[in-house]
Amino acid sequence: MLLDANAGHYQDDELVPAAEPHAAHAPSDAAVETQADLSAEIKAIGEAYAQALKNGAAPETQPRLDFAPYRSSILRHPTKSLHHADPETIELYSPAFGHQDVHALESDLTIQHNGEPQGERIIVQGKVLDGDGRPVAGQLVEIWQANAAGRYIHKRDQHPAPLDPNFTGVGRCITGPDGSYRFTTIKPGAYPWKNHLNAWRPAHIHFSMFGTDFTQRIVTQMYFPGDQLFPLDPIYQSIVDQDARDRLVAKYDHDLTSPEWALGYNWDIVLSGSKRTWTENEAFGDAGDEE
Amino acid sequence: MSKLIPTPGQTVGPFYGYALPFNKDNELLAPGSAGSIRLQGTVYDGAGEAIPDAILEIWQPDSEGNVVQRTGSLVRDGYTFTGWGRAAVGNSGVYTFTTVNPGATSPVPGKPGAAPFISVAVFARGLMNRLFTRIYLPENEEALAADPLLSSLDPERRQTLIARRDADGGLTWDLRLQGGNETVFLDFEGASR
Repeated sequence: MLLDANAGHYQDDELVPAAEPHAAHAPSDAAVETQADLSAEIKAIGEAYAQALKNGAAPETQPRLDFAPYRSSILRHPTKSLHHADPETIELYSPAFGHQDVHALESDLTIQHNGEPQGERIIVQGKVLDGDGRPVAGQLVEIWQANAAGRYIHKRDQHPAPLDPNFTGVGRCITGPDGSYRFTTIKPGAYPWKNHLNAWRPAHIHFSMFGTDFTQRIVTQMYFPGDQLFPLDPIYQSIVDQDARDRLVAKYDHDLTSPEWALGYNWDIVLSGSKRTWTENEAFGDAGDEE
Repeated sequence: MSKLIPTPGQTVGPFYGYALPFNKDNELLAPGSAGSIRLQGTVYDGAGEAIPDAILEIWQPDSEGNVVQRTGSLVRDGYTFTGWGRAAVGNSGVYTFTTVNPGATSPVPGKPGAAPFISVAVFARGLMNRLFTRIYLPENEEALAADPLLSSLDPERRQTLIARRDADGGLTWDLRLQGGNETVFLDFEGASR
């Protein structure tokens, strides 16, 4: 059972039944494209980007919305350029979250059930900063992830890896005054998906963050250092710039590692710059300061 | 200018459904309560197919145009309007919110009075990074015509940001990620104030 009184948000219809048939472990879908096909496409895009950089193009910092090697993106990316807009009124603020919204225990994903989850216990810690380096204090961070075997508690994940009755894989916290967050969890496993034949996602934790402005809203994925699947993964590779990719990879931090308990990873998140005009001692989130 | 380079976004993926939704996530007000309206629509891909794995967030002022800064969006008490909500689409690509008509916010000195709108962030499997857009109320043609964003758009593209008023007072607004009536999505970076 979840400790959280707000447990209703783990909707029953999203839970995978305890017993389910796995008739065959062989891939049964019609994916015939191979990793070699996909890797060739990724390589061509990477070479074109390297050439553009050589010709003086500015380095890219975000994923490409149009990145065909991730097949599901083909019909789901805007074909028209994003329209430049000046953020106005509501967009210059973010919703407020606090300790009514998130219980302190929600940041420990290893204590949500009666027993200990399987796998390698880890601590993931870092800071949420805005583009000017200001800490984003008192804001919501949400994470979700696969278990140690690479299985999500989601009905759409039906691949034959075991569920862990002691691991849900969902956590939340509110950042501290210095923008810091900290989760205790289990290192997620890599998992297969159906983009192409033998497609595997590098191990990752999904992160969702709010800034001080709604325009800073971000959902992303944190990866682990040295993953051999990086060159093969169309989602990681949708960020074509290596420096930008590196910003999604946590650093192993032995000082954060807790003796005989958990390995430590550090990962800071930088949001886009706040567009609000900040005063020196602005009280965060005072209603009516639009007047 | 920002001094630090922002962290890249990544797709929300297919498995957010057990993590991001929460109880009453799409009810900024209790359905049926005084002043509440339904905001509903369908999310489409570039082939015109409704997509079943998108999740939307809205963020808006209250009916008086005040920016609300109250906590309690995740654990709603049923009375406090926090201005923020989240709705995953269903199997037929339809999302639903219960909210209020946003009021007009106070004009910024030296700028025309802006038309009321709801700010939207959209996430989906297959969408590499979140997209921002706006939902404007269809009333008050004068304010819509004077709106800095709307007036900078071609007439047909402009329509993608304006909701339809339903007979029961609700709003309908569809989102098209790609294609002929592709929704206008916004980039706030590098824009001058």
